[in-house]
Amino acid sequence: MWRYIGRKGFVYVLTFVVAVTVNWMIPRFMPGDPVRSMLSRASVSNPEALERMTNYYSEIFGLDTPLHQQYLSFWAGLFRGDLGISVLLYPEPVTDVIMRAIPYTLALLVPAIILSWIVGNRFGAFAARSKMLDNSLLPVGYILTATPYMWLALLMAWSLGIVAGIFPVAGGHGYSLRPDFTWEFISSLITHWVLPFFSMFVVALGGWAIGMRNMIIYELEADYSNYLQALGAPRRLIRRYAFRNAMLPQITGLAVQLGTIITGALLTEIVFNYPGLGTLMLDALDNRDFFLLQGIFLFVILGVLIANFIVDIIYVLIDPRTRVQMTGGSS
Amino acid sequence: MSNIPGATGVETGAAPEPIGGRKGSDTLHFARRNPKLIIGLGIVVAFLLLGIIGPFFIDHGPNQYIGPQSQKPSGEHWLGTTTFGQDIWAQFVYGVRATFLIGFFGGGVAFLLGTAIGFFAGYKGGLVDEVLNMLTNVVLVLPALVVLIIAVAYLDARGLFIQAVFIGLTTWPWAARAVRSQTLSLATREYVDLARLSGRRTWRIITTEVAPNMSSYLVMSFILLFGGAVLTAAGLDFIGLGPSDGVSLGLMLQNSVEWSALQLGMWWWFVPPGLAITTIVGAMYILNVGLDEVFNPKLREL
Amino acid sequence: MTLRVNDLKVYYQTLRGDVHALDGVTFDLADGEIMGLAGESGCGKTTLGKSLIRLDTRMRHVGGSIELNGKDVPIADDKAMVPLRYHEISLIPQYAMSALNPTRKIGKMINELLRSRGVNPADRAEELKRRLELVGLDVDVLDRFPIELSGGMKQRVVMVMATLLDPSLLIADEVTSALDVSTQRAVAESMVEFRDRGFVKSMMFVTHDISLVYQMADTIMVMYAGHVVEKASADTIINEPKHPYTKMLISALPEVGSKGAESRLEGIPGTPPGLLNPPTGCRFKDRCPLAFSKCSERPPMVEVEPGHWSACWKTGGE
Repeated sequence: MWRYIGRKGFVYVLTFVVAVTVNWMIPRFMPGDPVRSMLSRASVSNPEALERMTNYYSEIFGLDTPLHQQYLSFWAGLFRGDLGISVLLYPEPVTDVIMRAIPYTLALLVPAIILSWIVGNRFGAFAARSKMLDNSLLPVGYILTATPYMWLALLMAWSLGIVAGIFPVAGGHGYSLRPDFTWEFISSLITHWVLPFFSMFVVALGGWAIGMRNMIIYELEADYSNYLQALGAPRRLIRRYAFRNAMLPQITGLAVQLGTIITGALLTEIVFNYPGLGTLMLDALDNRDFFLLQGIFLFVILGVLIANFIVDIIYVLIDPRTRVQMTGGSS
Repeated sequence: MSNIPGATGVETGAAPEPIGGRKGSDTLHFARRNPKLIIGLGIVVAFLLLGIIGPFFIDHGPNQYIGPQSQKPSGEHWLGTTTFGQDIWAQFVYGVRATFLIGFFGGGVAFLLGTAIGFFAGYKGGLVDEVLNMLTNVVLVLPALVVLIIAVAYLDARGLFIQAVFIGLTTWPWAARAVRSQTLSLATREYVDLARLSGRRTWRIITTEVAPNMSSYLVMSFILLFGGAVLTAAGLDFIGLGPSDGVSLGLMLQNSVEWSALQLGMWWWFVPPGLAITTIVGAMYILNVGLDEVFNPKLREL
Repeated sequence: MTLRVNDLKVYYQTLRGDVHALDGVTFDLADGEIMGLAGESGCGKTTLGKSLIRLDTRMRHVGGSIELNGKDVPIADDKAMVPLRYHEISLIPQYAMSALNPTRKIGKMINELLRSRGVNPADRAEELKRRLELVGLDVDVLDRFPIELSGGMKQRVVMVMATLLDPSLLIADEVTSALDVSTQRAVAESMVEFRDRGFVKSMMFVTHDISLVYQMADTIMVMYAGHVVEKASADTIINEPKHPYTKMLISALPEVGSKGAESRLEGIPGTPPGLLNPPTGCRFKDRCPLAFSKCSERPPMVEVEPGHWSACWKTGGE
């Protein structure tokens, strides 16, 4: 058990190191001067302030110290939680800016992932019931997975927001409201949340349904299903076994799909101007705020890794095969 | 998809007569009768032709300001015009072409990388496998688009091919995984052993003995990578990291959002590009299911 | 008489036409009889085993009848077969290693299976434990997952599970081929014991390993290219076979008691005919040293001496 988790943990730590290294390398090895290119877009008219910023960022990048020292101090900063100062929102630290956006992203992401997974699995198992259902539901599933997240978001915003006028299409809450525990604010949060959540949920649904359908067909053809049929067991029992066994690879699929879904969340947020990491990322890009961009990158990677690790642990707890091997079963 | 290569139509107990020579015609027989394959292929080919031939019938550049602004679709401008008076149909046709190019090159780079790494890891085994597998897992966990954003953000001039290379570099891992597991099962077959014993070079064995035996699997992997590359590129374009001075369906989406097509109700600006992406990629996925059913006899009967 | 199969024809449907996997198979299986079913791969022995319990989707019942304990076995009607399955006819499959749901504890799975077949698990619980012990398994295997068991253990669990409702007929399909020699013997011995204790009435043991069959079976039936060629007591088949094919099959064995019949069979010159458009008459005639003009007609199964049936014009005439 611990060997398995240790091995997985090692891969994740390694991934994190690689990600940080890539993050550190890119501005230094890409052509062009990152500090100048960054500040060229900063809307600072005061030359004195601009010079102060230039000095600050040159020092942060530490471009005049040897490379390995730059690398080490980058890590040191990381452990202090210091990701630099945002250009866009100067002089706010990047960490603070990101922390403000994270709850919005999580509020979209977590329900969208979990609900689409549950509902998608049900749909997939349902599709595998008969050839007719399969032939009609399967193409729908594939078309949903082929839909770009931002396009479905656009369609939803246009149809349910602009045309029908049911839901607001921009922001995380009404612009006139201040964050507060009032009913008015909370209901505003919810109405702003519905469309981005729903468009993500629908796109993600297709992938899970397809995965489940394929896995359950595979399970229904497995030897144990055949044997139960030969012994006259009813379809119901065989299906129940197949569904349960097909769930297990779907949990692994959760880990694999995580990156795609997070990406989808970022794109969806942009369409709805939802104040999460995606919109923040677009702002950072538009303003060449590389510190903010890199900070977001690290947070996303960290989130993916943590989520992966959670999925791994859930899998170990659920699948008797791995569980048995880990507690030292006989074979 | 567990045993696509080498699967024969009938179990050994049932059909003692040799069937090897007729397998090809079998495949064709099922291919002609598979609606998923026919429809999927039809749609893909239709869009491909539009992308190849279409631009020759348009006598102005896709980004040229040629007409009245913010026009609804009409006989003159089939898909209407943008707020700046650009012809959306022209952008659309060029965008379809760009979509196939990015899919082909982005998917191609990922395919070459993924299959090479997968073959090598699966065939060599041992430490090579261990290291390559670790590498695959690391890249697999990183969300491709987010890595791409960081990398591409620093490039001042971006072209379609640079984009394709970057996409290829980040999306290969699952193909490597799939090819590796297929290779593992093939590498222990007798004819591969024979080739190995006769002292042939690893790459020759892989290209002459292993790869042909999983060719259908490889075709399907390429199609999936193609679709993935198209979607990833659309995401990049949408964030504003697309080709600096090109046209693409993703850029059309980005422009429409940036210039408030949504609020202005200009649905003809953002519906066609997304619809085209969805249709092309969706048709490819469905085509893939059709191929799977044709190549994998187990699925024929469901 | 437990089982009576009369002129059974089961074809496989393929794109190029029907494969005549069983083409007029006739035999009887007596109460308490363990019959070994032998022949080269592709001769139809596995098809015969499957036909008696569940046709798969490509198999089609073309003709002939099956009777079990005097009642018709409607093999073409999948629904009507359900009540017979497990209760009357049971199976130990070729893939016994993977026949158990990998994510269920064995005891739980058996209980769920019993309940789904209208049997209260509590009624069979004592018997289940007794039989597990009989085959040398600890009762606590019921609390384990299949992955925790070795191949031989899984094989024995499946054996106990398959016979828990005391079926009239047990079909054992190549059950020993995946096991090592000592486990093979143990499994074969427990199967005989199951019969002796009346857990199963009679048994059909499909195998290509004639030497193993010889040690445990009462009778042996030899099949060739979809036809039955000879059936007799195990001793007779091994020591005094009549049919030329059986003779060659037996003489190709190095000596009784050693294993590995499959590879030796290739020692017979020629290959079995394709079953897509099978030749008329005796199917062995192209490889048979005794073939003559009459062999273009199909030889009937004739009882050449009591309990010894053979389908050959040369032996039938005696």
